[in-house]
Amino acid sequence: MSLERQEVEKIAHLARLAVPEEDRETLARELSGILDFVEQMSAVDTGGVEPMAHPLRMAQRLRPDRVTEESRRELFQSIAPETEAGLYLVPKVIE
Amino acid sequence: MQWETVIGLEIHAQLATKSKIFSGASTAFGAEPNTQACAVDLGLPGVLPVLNGEAVTMAVKFGAAIEAEIGLRSVFARKNYFYPDLPKGYQISQYESPIVGMGQVEILLEDGSSKRIGVTRAHLEEDAGKSLHEDFHGQTGIDLNRAGTPLLEIVSEPDMRSAKEAVAYARRIHQIVRYLGICDGNMQEGSFRCDANVSVRPMGQEELGTRAELKNLNSFRFLERAINHEVERQIDLIESGGKVVQETRLYDANKDETRSMRSKEEANDYRYFPDPDLLPVELDEAFIAAIIADLPEMPDTKRHRFIVSYGLSAPDAEALTAGRALADYYEAVVASSGDAKLAANWVMVELGGALNRVGMDILDSPVKAESLGNLVARIKDDSISGKIAKQVFEAMWAGEGDADTIIESRGLKQITDSGAIEAVVDEVLTANPQQVENYRTADATKQPKMLGFFVGQVMKKSQGKANPQQVNDLLLSKLSL
Repeated sequence: MSLERQEVEKIAHLARLAVPEEDRETLARELSGILDFVEQMSAVDTGGVEPMAHPLRMAQRLRPDRVTEESRRELFQSIAPETEAGLYLVPKVIE
Repeated sequence: MQWETVIGLEIHAQLATKSKIFSGASTAFGAEPNTQACAVDLGLPGVLPVLNGEAVTMAVKFGAAIEAEIGLRSVFARKNYFYPDLPKGYQISQYESPIVGMGQVEILLEDGSSKRIGVTRAHLEEDAGKSLHEDFHGQTGIDLNRAGTPLLEIVSEPDMRSAKEAVAYARRIHQIVRYLGICDGNMQEGSFRCDANVSVRPMGQEELGTRAELKNLNSFRFLERAINHEVERQIDLIESGGKVVQETRLYDANKDETRSMRSKEEANDYRYFPDPDLLPVELDEAFIAAIIADLPEMPDTKRHRFIVSYGLSAPDAEALTAGRALADYYEAVVASSGDAKLAANWVMVELGGALNRVGMDILDSPVKAESLGNLVARIKDDSISGKIAKQVFEAMWAGEGDADTIIESRGLKQITDSGAIEAVVDEVLTANPQQVENYRTADATKQPKMLGFFVGQVMKKSQGKANPQQVNDLLLSKLSL
């Protein structure tokens, strides 16, 4: 299965990765190689196998519903680039 | 061309847990910005989510209430997108294996018939933070207190055919989550949010039209108005040769219109995958059975029971089971008055009206159920007339005591002694010889109306205390002499 250059660009955009122009062809080839490798597994009949959601054969442990955290806003905001009135400030996002 | 509207709803109900779905931070509403956003909610490096068991229990309760299949094994997945109020760059949600599968609810239509609406699924997920776009010198302010609050996203089948049906469905879900006590249902504070998928198609066509998703519907009234507007917009668009595009539209309540949100590029490419930080949630049958056994009586069951045991009409039963507190109140009034129908009228009309006027919740009513039941009992045993009862009710509302005390202290007890009533009737007839003459010579068809004059006079003289039926009977027999 081969991945086109445009698909690499789309994936990079979705992940917000800046991939240099000259690397894109190489990446397309390498990613295609990974897909080819995965494709080999399609040959195996997995009809009776339950899809795995996690490599560990364990179930999720549940936590009791208790408030255990107190405000550490000052500490957290001391590493934020910019804050005001208790809010984290970010470049304007408009819908 | 005849058009058919097709609507499906996505409802986000904030679960009423004390702490967040994956962290121990508080979920209380209205705190100072970012004072309830801990390291997990901020998505700091190295943190791990730990699932809140209460959120799981609440989701299962909902599933049990709509008779849905509960997922014995459900999986959390990452929904990837970038937005500043989502610090991790993904929302933890459920995708392929939701905790609640296909279920259904019943809604009541305006013509009195009922309709089943399918609930496709309900899944657990975390809420995002809030973006504040004003007043930060061209920047956006982010409050992450809400980030990580547990949500149950309830997705319906496209089973609704009008805005009214959509509202009836949304109200039913609202009622169910409130009955279960798993969501406070406060739409203003965003604890219960509706998005509507709306499309139109020529009547009789099988294939669905292209849909638009309406957001920002924070009241049932806006939900109805936004859908009606959107339906009109789509029909106008198609009839003038245009095409509906699949997009998200925001409802603007001030302008009463929907407008397109700048469509995000590849908006639907969320690249879901199982969250490696969380294991599958496995529930056993005993856990689910215990929750089902522990469910309160749900609105549908209660409504049917009210119709059967109290002889109420479907609309009255619907109104009286709107909330659990109201239904409990009504049943207490029935118990202490012994008259289900009178009790229904008094709870819905007098008490309901008084509560509405001051915008008060039934739980805060100054007139308690037992007291109202006592008042209704006095009407039933003919101690007072319905009209006098309204005076007594007003006095009770004003805190002047219970019904019996007020009736006693104000001397309002109905006169049922026929001798006493007869004396007043005679007095009135003697004082109005001309009217008596007119009545007796009048056409039989006009007499009932003329009788009202005499009834009025007798009631006035007895300060409204004479039993109206007895007055009527006495007057009829004396005037026909």
